[in-house]
Amino acid sequence: MNDMFNKGRLVLWSFVALIFVVLPFIFSGGFSLSMLSQMGIMIIFVLSYNMLLGQTGLLSFGHAVYFGLGAFMTAHAINFVEAGTLGLPISLMPLIGGLTGLCFGLLLGFVTTRRPGTPFAMISLGIAEMVAASALMFTTFFGGEGGIVTNRTAGGAVWGVSYGPQIQVYYLIAVWCFLSMVLMFAITRTPLGRIANAVRDNPERAQFVGYNPTRVRWLMMSLAGFFAGIGGALATINYEIITAEALGLMASGNVVLMAFIGGIGQFWGPMIGAVLVTLLQSALSNFTQAWLLYFGLLFLLIILYSPGGISNLISIHVPVWRAGLIKKLLPSYGYALLTGFVTLLGVVGGIEMLYRGTLFGGINDGTTWVVAALLICVGGFFLKRAIGSVRRVWEDMSPDLARWV
Amino acid sequence: MNQQALVLQDVRKRFGQTDIINGVNLEIVAGERHALIGPNGAGKSTTFNLISGRFPVSAGSISLNGSDITNKEPQVINRLGLSRSFQITNIFPKLSVFENLRCSVLWALGYRYSFFRRMSALNDVRESAEKTLTMIGLENRREKMAGELTYAEQRALEIGITIASGANVILLDEPTAGMSRSETDAAVALIHRVTEGKTLLMVEHDMGVVFNIADRISVLVYGQVIATGTPNEIRMNKKVQEAYLGSESDEDGEVPA
Repeated sequence: MNDMFNKGRLVLWSFVALIFVVLPFIFSGGFSLSMLSQMGIMIIFVLSYNMLLGQTGLLSFGHAVYFGLGAFMTAHAINFVEAGTLGLPISLMPLIGGLTGLCFGLLLGFVTTRRPGTPFAMISLGIAEMVAASALMFTTFFGGEGGIVTNRTAGGAVWGVSYGPQIQVYYLIAVWCFLSMVLMFAITRTPLGRIANAVRDNPERAQFVGYNPTRVRWLMMSLAGFFAGIGGALATINYEIITAEALGLMASGNVVLMAFIGGIGQFWGPMIGAVLVTLLQSALSNFTQAWLLYFGLLFLLIILYSPGGISNLISIHVPVWRAGLIKKLLPSYGYALLTGFVTLLGVVGGIEMLYRGTLFGGINDGTTWVVAALLICVGGFFLKRAIGSVRRVWEDMSPDLARWV
Repeated sequence: MNQQALVLQDVRKRFGQTDIINGVNLEIVAGERHALIGPNGAGKSTTFNLISGRFPVSAGSISLNGSDITNKEPQVINRLGLSRSFQITNIFPKLSVFENLRCSVLWALGYRYSFFRRMSALNDVRESAEKTLTMIGLENRREKMAGELTYAEQRALEIGITIASGANVILLDEPTAGMSRSETDAAVALIHRVTEGKTLLMVEHDMGVVFNIADRISVLVYGQVIATGTPNEIRMNKKVQEAYLGSESDEDGEVPA
């Protein structure tokens, strides 16, 4: 049985690899390609973050520190390559980033992981602030406001790969992203990974079965730093510039949001967050300047209605699917979707009118406001009823489901 | 000659201005089943917390199998061969029953903080966890999340986590607290099974359980051991009878005549 299980997993991983290979053929435009690259980087970053949050129970507000430091070190390494003082292929630069992240994880983690819970969160915030402040003070390393500019083609062409074209960079990111995913997943299946879960659940009991919870947290923090550094290095290669923003509080906050939106309960959950948030950031920002507001709304809705994130939303439907009861849900879901869409239309209309300041100008003569308000009221009224009916269907199903969980 | 598994010498503990433990002397012989009884608030659980390293002692010394463990950290004491359970269930709620047991044997089998080995390939860990699983009778709960077990099942798992590592000195803190009669009987049988060939020190309020399991009994009153002896000696002991008559609030604590 164990063997079959592993075969299933092998198929799954092959499928993931295939997706990485095929994606640029489907989304081949320049814009899509840079978005895919960005997604790959963010997937590594958010998965490394979830080693702390989801697996070890450490809520860090400063994970971008490791990402950023890895990125800066890589930028310098690439510049050394260009100056001829370092002979390392660009393809292996993520190792520089990873080792930088690992070293700082060991160093800073030694301090931060002394205490779990709120003190850890606060200390991580303090360290993030400290590093961000240093970034503006030590301008030789961090380049001040302008950051460090670098040239990803510095290594010249190796076997025809120069990293000039974006597609080559995409595949570099894809390879490292896939490797990191596999490795991070593998770590969850090792003694350390399992004990990290135990420490998350009950650090005291972990002590009484022989483990030092501080040591476990420290090791997980260092490994998370390693993978975050890989992500940072790839960001440097991708953008050819790195500024202090990359290790700032905004970046640290962003990864928290991605992890929660995707869901921290499953290994693959945060990846959904990374993909979705990147998509919103790059795509939505083309349509409206108010995209941050929508992003905030989405986060709010998820925390309120599905605290387990999108991945939890998916996984609670697996037993329903197995029990063959999904048909029962569809009408109420359709109802909720329709009414939700109408409400959303009203909300978006209202926000855009407010935001663009067209309250009394342009095509706006006040009727549009009435329409938006009407959409919100009517949509909201029926949405509330739709949610009620979704809830009732779930309750009706629960006895049948118990056997399938 | 009898060998001492656990020796407490003049152990004291004060919280703030209050002395909870006032010079406890206790010798647990290797291989015996020893019960620690006493009225509520006598300091039984505190004594356990001092032995297992949960709290530091204020004075005195504790040794385990001849080596000093005074004020050592819990994990260090555990690695030296002492394992304990808790009065309030203390498990890994979001891990499956099987994972709870696997986590409990990892250190003892030498895997430490390894992140280069696959758990599924560790046959000794699996076998050891499965053995404990059978022993505590939770085979059909193997993949269930520990937090979702019934109370009695969680108590069994609590004991399972404690004994899984194969430690030779076992401390059980009120293993049958809150159980029904039939559950208690099952727990007593379980305790007999899992402490075979080991040293047991147990805090217990249910005198039926105590007299069923213990080879020797120590009575703790106001932070001091007032008597140690076989169940019969304790039953006859004048000081013990007085101590128990003096604490009328403690119904479970009555010494059966």
